[in-house]
Amino acid sequence: MSESATLETLNAVTATPYKWGFSTDIEMDMAPKGLTEDTIRLISARKEEPAWLLAWRLEAFAVWQKMEEPDWARVKHPPIDYQDLHYYAAPKKKAGPKSLDEVDPELLRTYEKLGIPLKERAILAGVEGADGEGDRPQVAMDAVFDSVSVATTFKATLAKAGVIFCPISEAVREHPNLVQKYLGSVVPQSDNFFAALNCAVFTDGSFVYIPPGVRCPMELSTYFRINARNTGQFERTLIIADAGSYVSYLEGCTAPQRDENQLHAAVVELIAHDDAQIKYSTVQNWYPGDAEGRGGIYNFVTKRGDCRGARSKISWTQVETGSAITWKYPSCVLRGDDSVGEFYSVAVTTNYQQADTGTKMIHIGRNTRSTIVSKGISAGHSNNTYRGQVKVMPKAHGARNHTQCDSLLIGSTCGAHTVPYIESRNPTAKLEHEATTSKIAEDQLFYCRQRGLSEEDAVGLIVNGFCKDVLKELPMEFAVEAQKLLAVSLEGSVG
Amino acid sequence: MLKIEGLTASVDGKAILKGIDLVVPDGEVHAIMGPNGSGKSTLSYVLAGRDGYEVTGGSAAFDGADLLAMEPEARAAAGLFLAFQYPVELPGVNNANFLRTALNAQRRARGEAELDAVQFLKLSRAEAKRLSMPDDMLKRNVNVGFSGGEKKRNEVLQMAILRPKLAILDETDSGLDIDALKIVADGVNALRGPATSALVITHYQRLLDYIVPDRVHVLAGGRIIRSGGPELALELEASGYASVVAEAA
Repeated sequence: MSESATLETLNAVTATPYKWGFSTDIEMDMAPKGLTEDTIRLISARKEEPAWLLAWRLEAFAVWQKMEEPDWARVKHPPIDYQDLHYYAAPKKKAGPKSLDEVDPELLRTYEKLGIPLKERAILAGVEGADGEGDRPQVAMDAVFDSVSVATTFKATLAKAGVIFCPISEAVREHPNLVQKYLGSVVPQSDNFFAALNCAVFTDGSFVYIPPGVRCPMELSTYFRINARNTGQFERTLIIADAGSYVSYLEGCTAPQRDENQLHAAVVELIAHDDAQIKYSTVQNWYPGDAEGRGGIYNFVTKRGDCRGARSKISWTQVETGSAITWKYPSCVLRGDDSVGEFYSVAVTTNYQQADTGTKMIHIGRNTRSTIVSKGISAGHSNNTYRGQVKVMPKAHGARNHTQCDSLLIGSTCGAHTVPYIESRNPTAKLEHEATTSKIAEDQLFYCRQRGLSEEDAVGLIVNGFCKDVLKELPMEFAVEAQKLLAVSLEGSVG
Repeated sequence: MLKIEGLTASVDGKAILKGIDLVVPDGEVHAIMGPNGSGKSTLSYVLAGRDGYEVTGGSAAFDGADLLAMEPEARAAAGLFLAFQYPVELPGVNNANFLRTALNAQRRARGEAELDAVQFLKLSRAEAKRLSMPDDMLKRNVNVGFSGGEKKRNEVLQMAILRPKLAILDETDSGLDIDALKIVADGVNALRGPATSALVITHYQRLLDYIVPDRVHVLAGGRIIRSGGPELALELEASGYASVVAEAA
C-alpha cells in the first residue's frame, strides 16, 4: 500500500518536462540531406581543409560503408536512416558585429537561456573588441553553436601560457602539424561504426594543446548545442597534454526541445605524455525525449584517452542526465608505466530514457592503476546499464583496478543492469569489483519528510548522497550545477 | 496542543487503532505504554502522516489545526517531531547538512528567516555539547555506521536542534544502556516548557524514572484502556500488562 502510494508520487515527479528545451531560428547554411562522397567533399571545401584531411575523411567513409551499426548495447531504437540527415549546417556568416545591438537577437536569447553572463555573450557573438581586459572568472569557453564555433574566448591569457585552445577547424589551418600528428591516433577511423562516421563528417569541435611543463591557467569549457533541425551533430575534440603539463576541461550540453530524434556521434581523443594530467568533466543534458519517450537525442559517443607517457594520468568524470539514448564508454589506454586512469560516472535515466554507459581500462604498462566509480539511477520506465571492461595485458606487471558500481532504483518499472568484462593476462594484477543495487526506500523518504523536507528535496538529498563519490570529483562550479541538474532531472520521480 | 477523538486506522486493510481518545495539553508530558502489537507505533506513524497508515475515522487536532489533512512535512513545520524507533540511514548524506536543510525547510514553511551555515554550525555545536555528544556526530552520514545507541542519541540531537512543539518518542529507550537512557531523558527534559509537550511511547517503565510524565495511558488492542498519573506506570511494572488488560476487558 505504502509502496504504491510512493510509486504514484515517483511517477508524477519523474514526468517533469525538459526545462531547457528551445530552438533558435537563425539563418542556416545547410547541406542537402544525405551522405555521399560529395557531402564529405562539400564539408571539407566549406571548411577550406587541406587535401590530407579530405583524403582521411574519405578513407573513413569507405571504412564506414563496410561497417554495421553495433547491436550489443542494451538500447532499442527504430533504424536510423543515415541518408535522411543533414551533415552540415552553419549559421550564415556576416561581418563581425560592432556591438550586441547588431547581434542576431535570437542568438542572444539562446545565450540568455543558457545563463551565460552578458559580457561573455558579447564575446561569444563575436562582437569586435569584446574580449579585451580580463576581469572575468577563470573559465575560457569555446562555444560550438551548431557546427561552426561562433567565437573563442580568453585567447590572450591562454596564448601567454602557450596554450592553444581553439575550434578544431581553426587548428587544422593554424597548427596543421599537431592536428595531423594526433588526429585519429587514439580513436582511428576504423575504431567503430559511429567513430568512423564521425571521422568522415565531423564539422567542428575543440582543439587543445598544452605545452611541456605548463599548468593550464584556467579551466577550459565548451558548450555544445545541437540547433539545426534534423542535423546530425558530429563534434571532434582533440586534447594533447605534453610532458609534465596539466589541463582541466569542462564540457556541458543542453539542447533544444524537438519531436524527432537527433543523431549525435562525437569523438573525443585525449593524449597525455610523460607526467601529464588531463581531467575531463562532462555534464550532459541533451533533450531526453518527452514523458512518453517521443523524441530526444541519440548520443553515440566515442571518448578515449591515451596515457601515452610514463606517470601520466587521465580522469573522466561525467554526469549524464539527458539524451533518449546514451551509448558512451570514456576509456583509458594505460600505455605508459605507472600511468593512472580514472572514471567517475553518474547516469540518470527517467521516463523512457536508455543509457548504456561505462568505461574501458586497458592496462598495458607496468604498475598501471585504474579506478572506476559508477552510479546509475533509474526511474520511470527507463533502462540503465553499466558496461565496463578491465583488461590487463601480459606486460602490465603490478596492474591494479578497483571498480565500484552502484545502482539506485526509483519505482519498480525501471531497470538497472551491470555488465562487467574482466580479462587479466598477467598473474600479478589485482582487480576488485564491487556492485550494489538499492532502492530509495519509503522509510528514507518518510524520515526526511518527517524532518520537514518536501518529497522532492528528500529525493534530491538522497540521490546527491548516493552520487557524492562522483560529484566530489567535479570542479566546484560544475559540481553545483550538477547537483541542481540531478534534482531537476528527478523532479516528480521521487529520486 | 494535541486532541485526538475516536481515531481509527488500518494498515493493509487490517484495523489497528480502534478508537483512540487522547488529549495532551500544552506543557504536559504523556506516556503511552502497552504490550507489543497494541498499536503504539501505528499511533505515532498515523500522527506523523506515514504513507500506508490509513485513517478510517475520527480526528486529530494539532494546535486547533486538522493534523490528518496535512502532509508529513507540513506537520513537521507545524512543530511535530517523531523520534523513530528505528532511525533510517541516509548514505552519503552529511548529518549537519541534512539537519540544516530540514531546519531551513521548516523555517521557510513558517515564514522565518533561514539560518546560514555559520549560524547553524554554532547552534548545532552548542546543542551537541549540551547533550554531551561528540561534534563528529554532525560530520558523519545520517545514521550510517551508527550503533543502536548512537542512532537514538542522534534522534535526540535532531530534536534539540529542530525544537518541536510536540515530540513523539517511539520506544526511543529500547536497546539503550543506562547512560544513553539518561542522555535521551535529558534531551526531552530540556525541551519541557509551558508551550511544549511530549508523547513518550514506551514498553518499559524504566524511562519514566527519568522523564516523569504528567499522565500515563495504557494502550491495548488499539484502544486506551486506562489512564492515570505516574503511579500507573509503577503499577504496570509491578503487575504486568496482563492484569490491567484483563481488568479492562
